[in-house]
Amino acid sequence: MGNGTRLGRVRGLGSSHHGSAHWIQQRLTALANILLVTWFVVSMFRLPLGDHAAVLRWASNPTVALALILMVANVFWHLRLGLQVMIEDYVHGEATKILSLVLLNFYAIGGAAYGIFAIIRIALAPAAGLAPGGM
Amino acid sequence: MAGNQPSARPRSPHLQVYKWTPAMAVSIFHRVSGDGLAIVGGLMFLWWLGALAAGPDAYAAFLACVWHDPSPEIGTFHQITNILGKVVLIGLTWAFFQHLFSGLRHFVLDTGAGYELKTNKLWSSLVFIGSITATAAVWLYAFAEALNG
Repeated sequence: MGNGTRLGRVRGLGSSHHGSAHWIQQRLTALANILLVTWFVVSMFRLPLGDHAAVLRWASNPTVALALILMVANVFWHLRLGLQVMIEDYVHGEATKILSLVLLNFYAIGGAAYGIFAIIRIALAPAAGLAPGGM
Repeated sequence: MAGNQPSARPRSPHLQVYKWTPAMAVSIFHRVSGDGLAIVGGLMFLWWLGALAAGPDAYAAFLACVWHDPSPEIGTFHQITNILGKVVLIGLTWAFFQHLFSGLRHFVLDTGAGYELKTNKLWSSLVFIGSITATAAVWLYAFAEALNG
């Protein structure tokens, strides 16, 4: 543990020795979200969303697919951290709190897996010689 | 565990006893908008992405529910969800800008700056003005594009 910067003085503290990790990860994912989600929202307003073929062509571009996967991972990690704090603050009663946190983890990990798999299907279906929806 | 028993100790007062200020409102709405994006936004996004991956028919079914059902005999259910879908999407757009601008404010506060009363009040108010303006701007753009074909 350093004693120079403020960050250095708190690193490794807390009952489980990672008291500041949650806080730092929330900021790190927030920073990445500024780029990734802003790009996504701008794309949504610029794409012809009613045209399935056009949206699919956009999403199957390797760079776009990679950015979408990064966004899903980052967004679901960020929302897991945020909703965890919300549950800890507002859900009292030990049993409901634990149940809420379990459901949150199922949602965050399951949602991210579902999203990433959907992007992989979109990106790789042409390479596998499949029509959209095949695979 | 102590969690479930009602305690005789004094309880911390909650929202209703405080006078609302911009700084308090922006903090509460940071959580509200974050919740909305996390749950409603997350599920809408996964629904859209799953429909996109599943093919043209599934995508058309998604659009008919959330945006516009082109069938001449549109059912009551889709009449309601077509309106609800637009309300939710505009709401999510606002929540995105609110959470983004409010989050940027938090980055500034994290450096230890911006806590002076007047400065804090100014930037808290600007977060609300910014999020409402940005939401109005992008949706006016979207509806104008739709009208022009």
